Amino acid sequence: MRVDVLVLGAGPAGMSAALEARAQGLSVLLLDENAAPGGQVYRGARADARGPGADQARAGAKLAAALAGSGAERRFGATLWAIEPGPVAFFSEEGGARRVAAGQIILAPGTTERALPLPGWTLPGVMGVGAAQILMKSAGLLPSGAVWLAGQGPLLWLYAAQALAKGGRIAGIVDMSGPRTAALWHLPAALAAPGYLARGMAWMGAVRRQVPVHRSRDLRAEGDGQLERVVIDGTPHPADTLLLHDGVVPNTQVTRAIQGCAHRFRAGAWEPVVDEWGHTSTAGILVAGDGGGVFGAAAAALSGRIAALAVAHALGCFGVEQRDALAGPLLLRRGRQRAPRRFLDALFPPLPPPADPVMLCRCEEVSAGRVREAVALGCLGTNQLKAFTRAGMGACQGRVCGPLLHSAVAAARGVDGAMVEPLRTRFPTKPLTLGELAALA
Amino acid sequence: MFQRTEPADCSIEWDGAVLPARTGEPLAAALLAAGVVRLRGTVLSGAPRGAFCMMGACFDCVVQVEGAVVQACMVAVTPGMKAAP
Amino acid sequence: MTHTAIIIGGGLHGLSTALHLARLSGWRVTVLERRHVGRHSSGINAGGVRRLGRDMAEVGLSMVAAEIWASLPALVGDDGGFRPSGQMKLAESDADMAALERRHDAMRAAGWTHEELIDATEARRLLPAMAPHIRGAMVVRDDGAANPMRTVMAFRRAVLAAGAEIIEGVSVHGIAPGLLVETDHGPMRADRVANCAGAWATGLAAGLGEHIPTTAKASMMMVTERLPPFCQPTVGSQSRALSFKQTEEGTVVIGGGHQGSNDLATETANVDFANLAHAARIAADIFPVVRNARIVRSWTGIEARTPDQIPVLGESRVLPGLFHSFGYSGHGFQLSPAAGAAMAELMARGATNLPIGAFSPARFAA
Repeated sequence: MRVDVLVLGAGPAGMSAALEARAQGLSVLLLDENAAPGGQVYRGARADARGPGADQARAGAKLAAALAGSGAERRFGATLWAIEPGPVAFFSEEGGARRVAAGQIILAPGTTERALPLPGWTLPGVMGVGAAQILMKSAGLLPSGAVWLAGQGPLLWLYAAQALAKGGRIAGIVDMSGPRTAALWHLPAALAAPGYLARGMAWMGAVRRQVPVHRSRDLRAEGDGQLERVVIDGTPHPADTLLLHDGVVPNTQVTRAIQGCAHRFRAGAWEPVVDEWGHTSTAGILVAGDGGGVFGAAAAALSGRIAALAVAHALGCFGVEQRDALAGPLLLRRGRQRAPRRFLDALFPPLPPPADPVMLCRCEEVSAGRVREAVALGCLGTNQLKAFTRAGMGACQGRVCGPLLHSAVAAARGVDGAMVEPLRTRFPTKPLTLGELAALA
Repeated sequence: MFQRTEPADCSIEWDGAVLPARTGEPLAAALLAAGVVRLRGTVLSGAPRGAFCMMGACFDCVVQVEGAVVQACMVAVTPGMKAAP
Repeated sequence: MTHTAIIIGGGLHGLSTALHLARLSGWRVTVLERRHVGRHSSGINAGGVRRLGRDMAEVGLSMVAAEIWASLPALVGDDGGFRPSGQMKLAESDADMAALERRHDAMRAAGWTHEELIDATEARRLLPAMAPHIRGAMVVRDDGAANPMRTVMAFRRAVLAAGAEIIEGVSVHGIAPGLLVETDHGPMRADRVANCAGAWATGLAAGLGEHIPTTAKASMMMVTERLPPFCQPTVGSQSRALSFKQTEEGTVVIGGGHQGSNDLATETANVDFANLAHAARIAADIFPVVRNARIVRSWTGIEARTPDQIPVLGESRVLPGLFHSFGYSGHGFQLSPAAGAAMAELMARGATNLPIGAFSPARFAA
């Protein structure tokens, strides 16, 4: 199989990239692991959406409808698991492995939630705030009973506002964010994106009027076999669900597995080094959207179009002048959308690593204390940590624990995160069966 | 806990028990809506685990569906689906 | 009087050489490693501790190494995860069985008795999960497997405990007459230098005008999720390229020498999945139970292969005081404890009784 452009991920960036590439006359294969388009932000997006976040849902529904009529080949339930030089991609669908050669590849893998490890966080009943938002978008599930939210970041407040507006109930919020002073340096730039921050402040205000908010970083989850209570500053409160959030990080699972693809550490997370078009340091591989640095859905959609124009130029659709003329307005609009990000990054730096007994690697059950012991024995980075502890070597392939192990090693060594290389990932970046692989022989 | 805003339209089996579900929703969502929070014990220590990330990243919601090992958050419910820890 | 030695390369062969040398009195040893110890094939190989099927020229040193592996804690304070769980080479056809019988006869004729030919019944007793077509096998029951990175880390600790220095993050560009080692942190000099630079060792020798032909190889491996225990020994096939091992954790490591691509200049190697698929097919043919097991990682490490596929171990033809140890061609892990001992004796005393005669760099003299 051969296409001009392979796009991975049907969120704002991926859908926009596929649409723009089709508009320039390129053949497009769009892969997404989920059953329907949308990614996380536009998941289950409907044109008649109302309430907090409705503007995004309407934008998502419009994009998905346009994509359906664009002539792009869309494969849902299709999981990309390897990229080789060429570029050539491998993916699986319906239990079968497939190989596709592409002129160029645009990766739009979005973000994952940064996990927030605290005592008891592996108990059933403890989930991510983003996970609960997915339950709301994909199945219409709302929080009820003794549901607590804890952590920091815009998504926590957005979810609370959305859930309350739809009739959900939240028992309390534990705000773990730090002092705000550092963020003020970036406020002027943030104000250049009108609407963005004002909406966020409005959500937060609405939530605070309806839900008790505790300010603390002393939080434990407890229960026998599943969550039964949260303990805040030593005081227990009944709880059946605890939703944690510490921001989102670029999903670099695929780019980190590409040998020689450069990454940089910014705002407490690793992201691929990309130019303004989305080119990575690997020829033929571009990254669009939050997977290349978190700037939100609107900026991601623009990045998708910009990357598609770069690809169209590279594949000979038009020259530099036409590329620049088409992309110029998009680049300007994206710049305005990106403006508030430094403010938010400064507002919510990642929470510090937890105490020794707390699990960091859920799959291999490796605690923060064991990571610190390894560092004391001379372990310098997350990749050597695998040899010391097996941390990061389980089924999740470091998706959840990677950022946690990285910050724990950096903190234990007393160095900046940029000095500790990120957990190396390996293809297949999503598990596939031996039988599926054998069928390619 | 989580409550439904849209009615169930089918049923599934979890470990032999019949539970209400909605066609097309993630299996993990159907289980959570039915109050099934604990999905498995870990291979290493037997520690209890349930759905955590809901986006295919964490592999904590791994269950068996019709003999195949799957992530419950990434599998869409079909009427009569049989799942087990 | 104190002598100095520089070991180029912090792989297992470099560390083993450093360890044995540092334990001799009067040697100050420095290991120079470009990245971190065990970065390439040393840390990520399949971990086979195997005498089974060795080239006749390697059997002697391999027997010595097996003795060391059996008591590795005495050398490095840890067993490196070594378990004498056996190594088996399966006959998948009558032709395979005949080939194993010829090998068996040749080994007996040479006086070696550790390789044992077994029939299908005994093979099935050892490997209940194997497919029905297996006719028999060659087995070395007290061969086994170890954890490569754990072994590297144990050697690293032992080297440091022996008083040697390991400097990570230093690149060696060349070796000049006078045993001057040129690094990106400036020149260093020593009384003896060991070239244990793996796939990059040939380039260092060439810089001195010494021609030792090796090519880089990048054998691919993959590992599955944890499975219930079903296979104790490390398993290969007589006629197809396979290395198959279930670890203590339950994961299954599958390799066998299927090659990915590599680039020495950028120190990168890429998995070639269309090629790795052959290893998956062979594994699933021999162990149907793994067909539905999920692969969670694949990788490859860069290593040097000589034309005759046995290592280069001995003093340089052009620069006295420089000793080579590389070109293990994908099966140097088991040899490393003994090869390091041989290197230390050569470097300190100019001679060794260990059986390394076939490995002399002189065999490539034009």
